[in-house]
Amino acid sequence: MSNPAIPLSIQDLTVAWHRRPVIWDVEFDVSPGRLVGIVGPNGAGKSTLLKAVMDLVPKASGRVEIFGQPWHAARHRVGYVPQRESVDWDFPVSVLDVVTMGLYGQIGWFGRVRRRHREAARRALEQVGIGELADRQISQLSGGQQQRTFLARALVQEADLYLMDEPFAAVDAATEQAIVEILRSMRAAGRTAVVIHHDLHTVPDYFDSVVLLNMRVVAEGPTQEVFTRENLERTYGGRLTLLEEATEALRRREQRL
Amino acid sequence: MSVHLQIFVQLLQSASECVLVLLAAGTGFRERLSSLLLFEHYNTRIVLLGATLLGLAAGLVGCFTLLRRRALVGDALSHATLPGVGLAFLLAPLMGFDGSSRLVLLAGAAASGIAGAVAILFIRSLPRLKEDAALGIVLSVFFGAGVALLTVVQQVPAGRAAGLDRYIFGQTASMTAADARLIALTAALVALLIGLNFRSLTLLCFDEGYAAARGYSISLLDLLLMSLVVLITMIGLQAVGLILMIAMLVIPAAAARFWTNRLWVMLLISGLIGGLSGFFGALLSALFADLPSGAVIVLTCGVLFFGSLLLGRERGVLVRSMRRSELAAAIDREHLLRGIWELRESAGEESASESDRRAAGFEELLNLRSWSAGRLRAQIRKASAEGLVWLNSLGAVELTRRGVMEAERLVHHHRLWELYLITHADVAASRVDREADAIEHVLEPELIARLEELLLQRQRGSAIPASPHDIAGAAVQQSVAAVQEDRRK
Repeated sequence: MSNPAIPLSIQDLTVAWHRRPVIWDVEFDVSPGRLVGIVGPNGAGKSTLLKAVMDLVPKASGRVEIFGQPWHAARHRVGYVPQRESVDWDFPVSVLDVVTMGLYGQIGWFGRVRRRHREAARRALEQVGIGELADRQISQLSGGQQQRTFLARALVQEADLYLMDEPFAAVDAATEQAIVEILRSMRAAGRTAVVIHHDLHTVPDYFDSVVLLNMRVVAEGPTQEVFTRENLERTYGGRLTLLEEATEALRRREQRL
Repeated sequence: MSVHLQIFVQLLQSASECVLVLLAAGTGFRERLSSLLLFEHYNTRIVLLGATLLGLAAGLVGCFTLLRRRALVGDALSHATLPGVGLAFLLAPLMGFDGSSRLVLLAGAAASGIAGAVAILFIRSLPRLKEDAALGIVLSVFFGAGVALLTVVQQVPAGRAAGLDRYIFGQTASMTAADARLIALTAALVALLIGLNFRSLTLLCFDEGYAAARGYSISLLDLLLMSLVVLITMIGLQAVGLILMIAMLVIPAAAARFWTNRLWVMLLISGLIGGLSGFFGALLSALFADLPSGAVIVLTCGVLFFGSLLLGRERGVLVRSMRRSELAAAIDREHLLRGIWELRESAGEESASESDRRAAGFEELLNLRSWSAGRLRAQIRKASAEGLVWLNSLGAVELTRRGVMEAERLVHHHRLWELYLITHADVAASRVDREADAIEHVLEPELIARLEELLLQRQRGSAIPASPHDIAGAAVQQSVAAVQEDRRK
């Protein structure tokens, strides 16, 4: 079953999280060196899926393997780009400080941040095109620059698999272009990225494969085959009344426990 | 919100206590002052040292609880230490220790504080209960238990003499050399723990989700932070008392935030403010006999907070209002220069002399915008001091050569932005002036460059695009049309 060549393998994953959207029976494999888009309506469980992969929310059932290993053993090979809104951008740290956080694993709990770490962080900032902002306080960044900072923090880690939660949300066109180019150069270097995406127009342009998600996987596979009008209608059109009712019933029962 | 409200309530409490005691302040004030200032008494030195170190350590820990948005955790945990004090006093004799020994009592306080921390973490993890409920429950239940235990202690023969109730409000004067040593050791331990875990704590406070994804245990880090709070509270019980301890954990950190945008500088400043409060608070409380030390320390802290709020270099009220008025003045100046330039532009070539083409009358300018005569006059004065305009012999406001250059630059930006709004954002031409106004003052150079690239392919070389609305009339429509044509391609 476990195949060390497969960056991400999800089997039979179900997450029941009180009061939150739930994902059911999600199952797919991600092949190496591909850009994979996860697409689906609001509340479809896209973020929950990523969080479940990283063991940040409890799984009701199922198994996740990263390069054939369980999460905790392969964690260092994964770079995570959380949603930009998830942190307080008024926090008293500089852009370089944030990017250096990506190296904490290398530096170790008690180690020192050395010059080569800072240089690596600066290189990552150059790579995302905001090298000149390294010493700014993060509250002075625009939305696009914030996103680039988060991206640089993940890049500096030199991971093999990247999980990104809506990196394109509310960024300017130049930032979007910069992110796309970085994704492509990652792919060229044989890395894999799983990206939650909300803009349907750009999906065929950006991603090799897609996972259409609405509480369960509606369809997944190469973009040309899977990203069809019919599949999109199945993903977005009509609410899954039966599934939602079942979820609701489950939630009520949980509350009574 | 809650932090500021809390600070306010604390200060009010302390102030009222102090006023009462000051009214009753006795004689011999001068002698006490001189003996204190010369540190004549060994005891005074001990008290001052202890209070300063306590404030310093509390300031360090407070930064992290504040940034974790868990400032109130300190309040719950300090209240949670009380039952430990009572229990230690009652149980220690059974285990062969001296129940009135301070070390035993403080160990009890720390133990029940940690129990409080675990209780908070547990309650928070339950579904449908949030942080505030956890804090409220732990604070009230533990404090209730503490008060009940102290009542029991009062009935034990030795209990009355032990004076456990001083842990509620604090009594610096009773500090001994051994106490000061304990404070120094604990403060050093706290500083060491913060130094060793600086990065992990920063990551916890900044981005919990990312920290968890990288394999940090959020509950362990939270427990570490809470243990630091408990340690601080334990040594603060004696000087400040558990009721006001929260002030030492919140106020120095909140004050430090006004001064800096860098975390380690914030830690230093917060420690400094805490240390100063401890020092001067203890000094004042020793000056006026019976002035409650906890209250005075907190009040000193409050004074430093208000000072920081006003004067803070990064986010103080003064600095911010100065920045705002600077921006307003810069905007007024831009309006003035552009106003003169555009008035002459619309007058066209009919003006005879060159100087006419660069000057505008005061009335004309006044009618241009909704500014008051006073504001306009002040602005003209300022601009002429900067050598951008001068009042010519006819009494009109005339642009200097530098003024013309600056005005042309501004008009250029303004028109670019107007064009952009019309051609790319579908804003009506009649409204576009006002909308461009709001934004052009904040346009950064790289944005201007992009606007130029976007809009001026047809007109490269010409310095200033014509105005798209009725200042200049028909000539303008050409530039809009040109851009629109470009877009269609």
